[in-house]
Amino acid sequence: MKAKVHVTLKRGVLDPQGKAIGHALQSLGFDGVDDVRQGKFIELDLAETDRAAAQKAVESMCQKLLANTVIEDYRIELAD
Amino acid sequence: MKAAVIVFPGSNCDRDVCVALEHATGEKPATVWHRDSDLPKVDLIVVPGGFSYGDYLRSGAMAAQSPVMREVVARAKAGVRVMGVCNGFQILTEARLLPGVLMRNAGLKFICRTVDLRVENTDSAFTSAYDKDQVVRFPVAHHDGNYFADADTLARVEDTGMVAFRYVTPDGIVDASGNPNGSANSIAGLFNEKRTVLGLMPHPERAFEPLHGNTDGRAMFTGLVEALS
Repeated sequence: MKAKVHVTLKRGVLDPQGKAIGHALQSLGFDGVDDVRQGKFIELDLAETDRAAAQKAVESMCQKLLANTVIEDYRIELAD
Repeated sequence: MKAAVIVFPGSNCDRDVCVALEHATGEKPATVWHRDSDLPKVDLIVVPGGFSYGDYLRSGAMAAQSPVMREVVARAKAGVRVMGVCNGFQILTEARLLPGVLMRNAGLKFICRTVDLRVENTDSAFTSAYDKDQVVRFPVAHHDGNYFADADTLARVEDTGMVAFRYVTPDGIVDASGNPNGSANSIAGLFNEKRTVLGLMPHPERAFEPLHGNTDGRAMFTGLVEALS
């Protein structure tokens, strides 16, 4: 089973890199981008075949290592 | 005072800290590799600066999960003094020994220069040889030194005397011009609640010898020796 993990900064946490990307887009002529938030995308190849068990394991990975929950949120997608 | 310095792949201030500790104590500190869970019995553990594990994932995130850090956390909880400098501060926050997190500098640039700091609390083994509100100059060299914590955490660290050092102007004033990296409340160094753990972005070990330009960092080491011997 594959797991896709999206790690993004929580709302209200300033994202200076996202801001810089926004400015760069603007200077390239891409108008109408109100806000840019950047994050991380992590793909995991899991031996686990049971969905619920995989969900639980990846949650634990996110809590312990993949995200710093002081500033980051995470979202998990599982695919067979 | 017996001391140990933790060494990770990518640590690069371990030697500087060892030299400072050896000068202050007259004895070479133990160096402990990150894969070891055997930590000698010591009075002070230093987590040095550098780029442990290449700053992969987040600065300090991988190092915080290494075998030796589990032992460092256990010792810290038992009251052993632990000091994290620069990357060491990042590792201590990732290991949840200190609240908050060090984010990318607000200006996005790596900052390598000497900054002015104000000593905020001298009631600790780390800062007892300084005067309250004394302005000292330590070098900084970091990309991720922008201290962030939520409003409740910030209120708690301020109310309970957990702020050790603040970035200031040369006159000791806290304002945006004295804050190099956008840190919340200009926090440069932070204690745990019992003030037995200190994390700071600036490098006291790089302000130890006259050749370094100034010796303002020396009092941190001599103070520790006095408090812990």
